Amino acid sequence: MIDKRVSSLAAAVEGIRDGSVILIGGFGASGIPVELIDALIDQGAKELTVVTNNAGAGHTDVAKLLATGRVRKIVCSFPRSAGSVVFEELFSAGKLELELVPQGTLSERMRAAGAGLGGFFTPTAAGTKLAEGKETRVIDGREYVFEKPLKGDVALIKAETADRWGNLTFRLAARNFAPTMAMAADLTIVQAGRIVDLGGIAPEQVMTPGIFVDRVVEVANPVHAGLPNAAGAAR
Amino acid sequence: MTFKPLSRDEIARRVGRDIPDGAYVNLGIGLPTLAANYVPTDREVIYHSENGILGMGPAPKKGEEDPDIINAGKQPVTLLPGAAIFHHTDAFAMIRGGHIDLALLGAMQVAANGDLANWSTGDEKLPPAVGGAMDLGAGAASVWALMEHTTKTGEPKILERCTYPLTAAGVVDRIYTNLAVIDVTADGLIVREMAPGLGFDELQARTGAKLTLANDWRVIAL
Repeated sequence: MIDKRVSSLAAAVEGIRDGSVILIGGFGASGIPVELIDALIDQGAKELTVVTNNAGAGHTDVAKLLATGRVRKIVCSFPRSAGSVVFEELFSAGKLELELVPQGTLSERMRAAGAGLGGFFTPTAAGTKLAEGKETRVIDGREYVFEKPLKGDVALIKAETADRWGNLTFRLAARNFAPTMAMAADLTIVQAGRIVDLGGIAPEQVMTPGIFVDRVVEVANPVHAGLPNAAGAAR
Repeated sequence: MTFKPLSRDEIARRVGRDIPDGAYVNLGIGLPTLAANYVPTDREVIYHSENGILGMGPAPKKGEEDPDIINAGKQPVTLLPGAAIFHHTDAFAMIRGGHIDLALLGAMQVAANGDLANWSTGDEKLPPAVGGAMDLGAGAASVWALMEHTTKTGEPKILERCTYPLTAAGVVDRIYTNLAVIDVTADGLIVREMAPGLGFDELQARTGAKLTLANDWRVIAL
């Protein structure tokens, strides 16, 4: 019997090793797996590389993780945004390495990892500073930049619904990076607002097939990042 | 001679009139987003957002915001009937794959060859942030740059070569400023329209690249 459900957040993040590359879903405040991030903080893994689009805002979730000092490097497209005070402090103090990646390249690099590709040529960033030092190739008269796959040891994902096989649905635009990150990590950990019986998600409604998911923990009424009184606020 | 530069709203209004019926459009933050308010109501335009939305509508009423319906600037938006939601990788396949007909982007500098600079001033003290700007610049079928014609201190932002780090090379098709509408062509920068009362020499004096006045140029009508 396949059962990817785990009974607690602590069990969900068990075994995450120091030095891991952690992919964290979300765009702005939407889709951030707040409870899983808190569980990772409690779990204590350090020397982490975090891959996520934004570098956190305020002092919760991604920013809270950064503030523990356990993140060595962050890979993201838009670290500097409203409220990214923790990131800015660590960055200017030289305590956090930043790899800046154009947003579409960030996503496609993870897709490549998940899809078993050795990389890809993209027109994005050709002729710019972010292509410096990278292999380029002219294909049909246009310049492309070679980008390598970006694989995670762990992905932390927020879903709306899951079943015990790990099939997932996401709420509205909270989907963003989640399906790609789920396929790009060795250990994909999901917090779902609701776990349903097999068949409870219609096959054609499955947004991420369970093959990409390893652990599922139910977190009913999750905190929505960025909202003061968040429980269920979006419902 | 006195002339009247366009206000931000007027630039947005001028741009809005040119967004074609049936287009799939990505709007940058700020002035580009404002332009959507001025598309003639008989046109159907589908707005795309990098975080996986086609069919974005206007901002919601106060109290009706949904934190999982936001645009690329992380502001709450609405979904129109017929909207679609998808994941990030698909959103950028739409961009790089040339499926987005038009990207309206704010700009810090634009060069005569269509080079776009809108993500960094090159200030090493500030942590950099690029977001989807490079993907949009490289990928959208057509790119329009929207900006003030000069900096706050009067330095030209349209140049022979950008001095800021590039976002994308040779991609801008059209420039809308508070002084003019300018096409970027293989023959250089062609001025199509100028602000009321503005003379070509005055425009050229505020521009860091050679301009050519189109034979059929017009005063910007609002």
